Amino acid sequence: MFDFHKNHKLLVLTAFLGFAVLSTVIAVFPALQLQQVKPLPGMKEMSSEELKGLQVYVSENCMACHTQQVRNIEMDQVWGQRPSLASDYYYSKQRLDFWRQSPSVLGSERTGPDLTEVGKRQPGKEWHLLHLFNPRIVVKESVMPGYPWLFEEKSPAMVTKGDLVVPVPGELLKNPDHKLVAKEEALHLVAYLQSLVQTDLGAELSPDFIPSTRKKSEAKQADTSIGLDGLQLYTETCSACHQATGEGIAGAFPPLAGSKIVNDPDPNILVQIILSGYDARPEFGAMPPFADLLTDEEIAAIATHERKSWGNTAPAVTPEQVAEIRKFVQNQ
Amino acid sequence: MNRIILTLLAFFLLIGEAMAQTVRNPEIDQWWSSPGIIGTALLIAIISFVAILIIGARLSAFIQGLQKRSQLRDKEEIKSELVNWDEEDLDWILENRKAAKKYRLSGSEHSGRKISEDKRGLIAKVTQDPENPLVDEKKHETLQLETPQPLRSLIVWYLGAAVFWLVFGTLVGQYMGMKFIWPEMDQIPWLSFGRLRPVHTNTVFWGWASMAMVGLAYFIISRTSNTRIFSYSLAKTAWYLMNSAVVLGNFLLMNGVNNGGGEYREYIWPIALLFAAGLILTFYNFYQTVAKRKISEIYISNWYLLGGLIWTITLVVIGYLPTFQDGLGETVIQGYYMHQGVGMWFMTFTLGLVYYYLPTSLNKPIYSYSLGVLAFWTQMLFYTLIGTHHFVFSPLPWWLQTVAIVFSAGMFIPVLSGTTNFLMTMKGSWSAISKSYVLPFFLVGVVFYFVGSTQGSLQAFRLTNFIWHFTDFNVAHSHMTMYGIITFILWACIYAILPKITGKEPPALGVGIHFWLAFVGLFAYMISLMAGGTLRGLSWIEGESFINSVVLMQPYWVWRAIGGSLMFVSHLVFAYNFLEMTRSEKPAPAQVSPAISPAHA
Repeated sequence: MFDFHKNHKLLVLTAFLGFAVLSTVIAVFPALQLQQVKPLPGMKEMSSEELKGLQVYVSENCMACHTQQVRNIEMDQVWGQRPSLASDYYYSKQRLDFWRQSPSVLGSERTGPDLTEVGKRQPGKEWHLLHLFNPRIVVKESVMPGYPWLFEEKSPAMVTKGDLVVPVPGELLKNPDHKLVAKEEALHLVAYLQSLVQTDLGAELSPDFIPSTRKKSEAKQADTSIGLDGLQLYTETCSACHQATGEGIAGAFPPLAGSKIVNDPDPNILVQIILSGYDARPEFGAMPPFADLLTDEEIAAIATHERKSWGNTAPAVTPEQVAEIRKFVQNQ
Repeated sequence: MNRIILTLLAFFLLIGEAMAQTVRNPEIDQWWSSPGIIGTALLIAIISFVAILIIGARLSAFIQGLQKRSQLRDKEEIKSELVNWDEEDLDWILENRKAAKKYRLSGSEHSGRKISEDKRGLIAKVTQDPENPLVDEKKHETLQLETPQPLRSLIVWYLGAAVFWLVFGTLVGQYMGMKFIWPEMDQIPWLSFGRLRPVHTNTVFWGWASMAMVGLAYFIISRTSNTRIFSYSLAKTAWYLMNSAVVLGNFLLMNGVNNGGGEYREYIWPIALLFAAGLILTFYNFYQTVAKRKISEIYISNWYLLGGLIWTITLVVIGYLPTFQDGLGETVIQGYYMHQGVGMWFMTFTLGLVYYYLPTSLNKPIYSYSLGVLAFWTQMLFYTLIGTHHFVFSPLPWWLQTVAIVFSAGMFIPVLSGTTNFLMTMKGSWSAISKSYVLPFFLVGVVFYFVGSTQGSLQAFRLTNFIWHFTDFNVAHSHMTMYGIITFILWACIYAILPKITGKEPPALGVGIHFWLAFVGLFAYMISLMAGGTLRGLSWIEGESFINSVVLMQPYWVWRAIGGSLMFVSHLVFAYNFLEMTRSEKPAPAQVSPAISPAHA
């Protein structure tokens, strides 16, 4: 009866049905179920600009090197405040258009950093534009390709009021006298990247991370008791703009080496800038506020590192000082 | 001896005890890494090892005792017999033995004292030196299979397209490998990394491997059904459909038209539809050919070929239907699709090819037909369920991840059945390997089938995901499988069949260069990315800043590019060998058809 060796109809039909049933159970049903999830409370819908940015993101296939998923293991804690949830993708993973399906933004390779919270980590527009034009302007070791076709060079006379001029050093342009202007695609892409922030669920609702190794959690406890590593915090948080050398980038991000504010014996202004951001000097890009992102201990460690490096010689900053200034800033 | 073991045991138990006491709240999530578990496993391993040693020693002593006893008995018997023998008979036997021991060949046994001459002109060339002093001379292919001209031309068409896509696809891959070292090689949008990556993967998948597989299968399906192909024109149409899908798909990808970035389904649906139509025509053609076979049994190869086609058609439909692709639904389908694309299409179909071309190259039957049947059904059952192992620790449901991991381990069954079957078929013919230019490719392919698949199963575990997921280790794994298994086996099949149907052999030196460059290149590629990927994963676990892990990868990316270059050069040599095998001017009796020339024009 079940003679697969001689009955080709039966053989092919059985193979087909077996595969179809298994596929339905393992793929189709779970997929149907998962697309039923609702957005998280407080989640913002994507603006039309951000959606266009997502289209650029897909066209350039950024997913080939960047993931957008915070896994529920401790080592992924650097990429987000909580593990990603199905609902996080409610708006970003809808069908793009008639020709193209929902984008695979979760990714499978982390050749470059995860982008789940890049909007929080790199909030400055100038930084993103410089980085997209040529990543090595801001991160020397980067292997990411530049996207110069998202920008155009214009002679200064042709630059109109609405144009966003990117402060790129002249020698990187084809014509050193020209100005670099971001095209619409670049602005959309940056709008999309800036929108990438996890919706806050509060500590109670957020799922926990699985600790990866015991050694790591012990080391962490030890860390808090002896103080944080200012250099590492600086590398993770500040060096993207101000650079590891503290030299900044001429025309975009001010230097910290030899800076008056950094070297001021009274850390008041320095810590205020870190807490609430800074956009008073038109020749440089805007600095975002870090009050919600860093603790008093972390800000103290970073400020101390800045005041003791690159030839700077100013006294250390204590967490208590930061706490006081924070109170002052909040009361303003 | 026993006392030593006891002391050792006590020692290890004490250590285990001491370690256990330092942990106050055991963490269930990491049960595998807790010292107690590791210690227990070690202890059990030590005990089993010692037990095996002891049992082994006991058994061998017992057997030796038995043997000694029976040898003694034999000796006694011979002695008693000899005493009773006639002395003259004994002398006669001994004299003969002496003469036989002294005998040496004179070197003129065949001709005697006559002058040797070749009256019928049978000898083409007399040489005192072998072709190459270092390796065995390769046996020439003497077998010519009478193949209908349209079938021959069809196979050459498919393989010709495959060779072209292999060279093109790996040129792209090689170029991207260099971009890791010189990110500013070019500033041209359609050559940027993100756009080229899917061009590389899709070209070698749907261009190279798929075209070669279908071409090679046409021969099997007709030969093992003992009948003609149902329709040559359908086969030609499918050729055009599938190739145009790759051409148009790549063109669109380079222009930034991407279906959404899900791996291996980057072609937008109209392109995928072209390819699927080609698959459906191929399936119909194969099915009809098998249906009018002139023998009652369906050879096991055809199970795999028909199964692979019907599964892949289903897969493409599910992969592109828009009904369940929003939100994380798309991610579930993505894991399912990318894994089944590899498992149900490339692996299943290529296994079908091995079941025919390996035994015929060795000129003997497959070791076990039943193992082949077992592997077929378990391939369907286990492979289908493991797609989500590409998303371990992701926001996909935990149960889905667990099922995927469990059945990944289940993959040992089809993999072991297949490997055993192929190795047992090769057993007894090992000496043939050094004399054949086909079998080394098969051997590498089969060994990688075991190693690559097993390694893949292990990589699905949660612990290994901590270290390797998202790193270049994945890239190493996919080259180990798609290149080490699929590509090496396809080469073996091509070298096995083309000379038999075109009557033209590839240059032995060319095949040798092809083999060694590809083999060494693959190793450089694989080892460098595995080492770098592991270090990168560890750096992430340690919580170092991300850019450190980029700097750390640099030397490994250089080695990857070197390995990739060797692989690419080997493909150029392979293309040359292919042209040699299909060159038009050819000695009788096998005639070449003019129809094959467009394939390599």
